[in-house]
Amino acid sequence: MIEQVTHYLAARARWGAMEYVFWLAALASVFVCGGYWAELSPLFANRHLILTEIAWLALFALSLDLILGYAGIISLGHAAFFGLGSYVAALLAKHAIINEPVLALVVSGLAAAVLGFATSFLVLRGSDLARLMVTLGVALIMREVANQIPDITGGADGLQGVSIGPILGMFHFDIFGHVGYVYCLLVLFVLFVIARRIVYSPFGLSLRAVKGNALRSSLVGISVDGRLVAVYTLAAFYAGVAGALLAQTTAFASLDVFSFERSADLLLVLIIGGTGYLYGGPIGAVAFKLIQDSLATFDPQYWQYWIGLLLVFLVLFGRIYGALIAVIVFAVSHALRLSFFECALIMLVIGIGYGHIRSGLNVLDARIDRLIRRSRAARQGLLQRKA
Amino acid sequence: MLTILFDGIAYGMLLFVLACGLAVTLGLMNFVNLAHGAFAMAGGYITLVLVNRAGLPFFAGLPIAFIVTALIGGLFERALYVHVYNKSPLDQVLFTIGLVFMSVAAVDYVMGSQQVFIQIPSALQGRFEFLGIGIGRYRLLIIVVCGILTVALQLILSSTRFGSRLRASVDDARVARGLGINVNGVFALTFAFGSGLAGLGGALGAEILGLDPTFPLKYMVYFLIVVTVGGSSSITGPFLASLLIGIADVAGKYYVPKFGAFVIYTIMIVLLILRPQGLFARAAGR
Repeated sequence: MIEQVTHYLAARARWGAMEYVFWLAALASVFVCGGYWAELSPLFANRHLILTEIAWLALFALSLDLILGYAGIISLGHAAFFGLGSYVAALLAKHAIINEPVLALVVSGLAAAVLGFATSFLVLRGSDLARLMVTLGVALIMREVANQIPDITGGADGLQGVSIGPILGMFHFDIFGHVGYVYCLLVLFVLFVIARRIVYSPFGLSLRAVKGNALRSSLVGISVDGRLVAVYTLAAFYAGVAGALLAQTTAFASLDVFSFERSADLLLVLIIGGTGYLYGGPIGAVAFKLIQDSLATFDPQYWQYWIGLLLVFLVLFGRIYGALIAVIVFAVSHALRLSFFECALIMLVIGIGYGHIRSGLNVLDARIDRLIRRSRAARQGLLQRKA
Repeated sequence: MLTILFDGIAYGMLLFVLACGLAVTLGLMNFVNLAHGAFAMAGGYITLVLVNRAGLPFFAGLPIAFIVTALIGGLFERALYVHVYNKSPLDQVLFTIGLVFMSVAAVDYVMGSQQVFIQIPSALQGRFEFLGIGIGRYRLLIIVVCGILTVALQLILSSTRFGSRLRASVDDARVARGLGINVNGVFALTFAFGSGLAGLGGALGAEILGLDPTFPLKYMVYFLIVVTVGGSSSITGPFLASLLIGIADVAGKYYVPKFGAFVIYTIMIVLLILRPQGLFARAAGR
C-alpha cells in the first residue's frame, strides 16, 4: 500500500519533456536576448532589463499561485510582502548591514515570511470577501507605515542612494542588466524547484484537499489551519524574495512597491498564465510583460485601459476567447480611432449580445472538439492498418 | 471637539450615501463590486461638466447626476454584471478591477489627471458659529441632504412593496424566487438606484473628498469597510458604520495625524476578526 503511494507520488513528480523545454528556453534567452549577437540582427538586441522584470514578476506570481492555486486563498494585498522584501533588501544594502546580495535576499525573504506568518492568522477566518479585505488592509497598512517613517524609508521620494555589492563577492551588477538577469533567473529556478518539490509532496496534496473541501479534509485528519498558515508563510517568503530582487536589480525602493495596482496586476498575471500548475506564474509573467510592452508602445499613457478591457473579457469569455475578443476590440477601436467611451459602448454591446456570442462559441468549441476527435481516430486507424 | 464631531458626522453621512448601494449589492447577490467607486466618480464628473462648463446651478446638477449615474449603472448591470453573478469571487474581483482600470484611464484621458473642484454657490461657502460649534455651511447641507436620503431609504425599505421584496431577496434569495419575486429585476433596479446614490454622493463629496481619476481606487477601501463593518442585512448597520468610520477618521486625522490612516484600517481588521458578520448584523439566513 505504502509502496503504491510512494510510487504514485514519484510518478506524479517526474519532470515532463515540456518542463525541460521551458527551462532550456529560459537558459537560451540569456544568450539569444543578451545583445552578444546584436551585429547579426536587431532581433538579438539586449533585452535583459525587461527579462529581469519578467523574472522577478514570475517569482512573485509563483508565490501568489502557491496560495491561490494550491490553497484557494484570494489575496488583494500580496504586494505587502513584496514591498517589505523590497525595502528590507534596499535598507540592508544602503546601510551596509549585509553587502552580499544572496544573503540579503534570504534575510528579506525571511522578514516577509515573519509578516506572512503573523498575518496568516487573520486570513484563516472568514469568507472570501473577508480575506480580500484583510489582505488589502494589510497591504494598505504597510504602505502607510512606509509613508509615515520617511527617516528610514525615504517616504514618498523613495529610498535613494542604494548601492548593491557584488554577488558572492565576485559578480558586479552591470548597467546592461546581464548579471542581474542571470542572477534573477537562477534565483527563480532554485525557488521554483523547491516549490515544485513542496507541491508534489504529501504536504502539497493535503493542501489541494483543503482547497477542495476544508471540512472533509479536516475529517480525514488534515490540520486545515496549520496547512494554510504554512503555505501562506511560504508564499510570503517567495514574495519577499521577489521584492528583494526588484530592489537589488534597480538599486531603489519606493512606496509604489505596496500599491494596490501591483496586487491587482499580479492577479491578472496569474489568470493569464493559469493557476495550480506552477508554470502559470512564469508563463503569465512573460505574456503580461509582452502585452504591457506592446500596449505601452501603442498607447503609452492609457495602456491600463486596455488591461482593464482584457480583464473584463477574460472573465466573460474565458482565457482564449476572452483574449481574442479583447484583441479584436482593441484592433477595431485603434483602426477606427475610437475614443475610450465609444470603445466602452462596444463592450456594452458585446455584453448585451453575450448569450448569442456564448452559444456561438459553444458551437465552435464542439466543432473543434469533433475535428480533434476525428483526426485522432484517423491516426489510430492508420496505425492499426500498419500493424 | 464638537466641531470635529460635526465634521465627522458630515463625512460619515457622505460615506453612507456613497456606500449603501454597495451594501445592498453585496447582501443581495453576494457580489463583490469593487467598481462601485467608479459610479461615484462618474456622478462627480457629470456634475462638474454641468456646473462648471455648462453653467447649470449646483442644485440642478445634483439630481441630474443621480439620474444619469443610475442610468449608466442600470445599463452596465443589464449588459455586463448580470453575466458575472454566478462566477467565482475571484472572477468577480478581476472583472470589477478591470472596470475600475478602464474608468480611471478613460476619465484621465477626457478630464485630465489633476484634482478638480465643482463650483459651489457662494451661499454654501464658509462657516458660522452656532452654540460655540463651528459649522461649515456646505457640511450642513451634506448632513441635511444625506439625512433626508437616509430617512427616505428607510421608509422605502420598511413600508413599500418593493422594499419588502428587496428585504425578502436579501434574506434568502432562493425562497424569495420561489415566492414569485423577480429577484433579478429587484436587483437590477436596486443596482441602478445604488449607483445613482453613489453618483449623487460623488457629486456632493467632490468638495470634501476631492475628485480626480484615481477616486475609485482611493475610496474603494472606505466603501468596503463600511459594508464589512456594517453588515449587509439592513440599512441601519451600514449607516451606523459610516458614522463611526467618518467620526473615527476625522478625529484620527485631527488628533493623531501621524496615525490617521492606521485608525481606519486597524478598526476594519479587528472587526473582521471579531465579528466576521459585521458589527450590527445578525447571523445570515443562508
